[in-house]
Amino acid sequence: MTTNEALINYSLRLGDSSLILGQRMAEWCSNGPILEEDIAMTNLSLDLIGQARMMLTYAGKLEGNGKSEDDLAYGREEREFYNTLLSERPNGHFGETVVRNFLHDAFFYHLYDSLKNSKDEMFAAHAAKSIKEVSYHLRHSSEWLVRLGDGTEESHTKVQESLNDLWEYTGDLFEMNQVDEILIKESIAVDLNDVKKEWDKTINAVLKRAILNRPEDAYMHSGRLNAIHSEYLGHMIAEMQFLQRAYPNAEW
Amino acid sequence: MNDTLQYTKEQIWEFLSEIPDPEIPVISIIELGVLRKVEIENTKIIVTITPTYSGCPAMKVFEDDIISTLNQKGIEAVEIKMVYSPAWTTNWMNEAAREKLRKYGIAPPVKGTEDKGVLFGSDLKIVNCPQCNSEDTILKSQFGSTACKALYQCQNCLEPFDYFKCI
Repeated sequence: MTTNEALINYSLRLGDSSLILGQRMAEWCSNGPILEEDIAMTNLSLDLIGQARMMLTYAGKLEGNGKSEDDLAYGREEREFYNTLLSERPNGHFGETVVRNFLHDAFFYHLYDSLKNSKDEMFAAHAAKSIKEVSYHLRHSSEWLVRLGDGTEESHTKVQESLNDLWEYTGDLFEMNQVDEILIKESIAVDLNDVKKEWDKTINAVLKRAILNRPEDAYMHSGRLNAIHSEYLGHMIAEMQFLQRAYPNAEW
Repeated sequence: MNDTLQYTKEQIWEFLSEIPDPEIPVISIIELGVLRKVEIENTKIIVTITPTYSGCPAMKVFEDDIISTLNQKGIEAVEIKMVYSPAWTTNWMNEAAREKLRKYGIAPPVKGTEDKGVLFGSDLKIVNCPQCNSEDTILKSQFGSTACKALYQCQNCLEPFDYFKCI
């Protein structure tokens, strides 16, 4: 594998995770529990899709086949997406979305905090920009998690169950392969073992305030690195890509 | 067509200073800090801009407005460059721009402070109501009518208002 191939894959990973989580948040549009949250969740979606654009544009440029960010977002098949398994988990109830986003926001936050020192200018710029937005996202999901965890008996039970269910998708966030190995050597990529340490601290601190129990690490799903996904991604991108599939190259 | 441009760089900046933010028409793209650089290459103008928030839909409008403004001045060759570094910050907004925001009913970013604290608003700051200037305001939502704003409410005059977030 060449450094360029590794760079392409790395930018797809970053772009796809933002895109898929952004699409999930867009599904909340007009379905939020209160108006302020409806607006908040679509704003989160907008930030994430903006972040995805930056990385998918970069991936297209590195590939050198003239592909735009739209070609990559709307023209790839399920098995060509490198997003985290966590990002594609269905929204479920509001509390479940809060838990999923909290686990993912903390991952993005600590990832970008390291990646902003990348030797690759584009990754460094992307991380420095994105962390400003993700800080708001993490604050939003953390505050809701505390409200729900330390809320009523029902809200506590619901978010604890969501946390238990989603935990087995957190291992996938930190898996690494040859791509990471090549890029870490060149001080371009981030060692996810280090990110995991920081992630653990944030997770533990917030769960404590939310009076929630951190689940034990048991079986962990895996797949992101090989573009292997749960059954949910295919359905989701079928909807996301419908327009471009039905009317190829349609533009506003 | 002439080989060289009939305008100076300063004149180009002046033309572009008339382009407003489509969402907040009282401030221009220069006051907002989106316009970073103007270069002249023979008859071509290269305009460098940086996005506020990554997903800000106004960016496309800025690009179109820059091109049409310069076209109207007879400049046909315009290239827009997008840069991401250094990342845009509200610290680039000067006092005059902040005052314009306030008059427009948007609380400007509290100066010199970036919202760095992540958890639980440990760095929550006083945001004065743009209507009655009261300090007694509360944060309703970190997210407001556009990506760059949060929603506040004044406890004194009870008016809800947008606050331009610090980033």
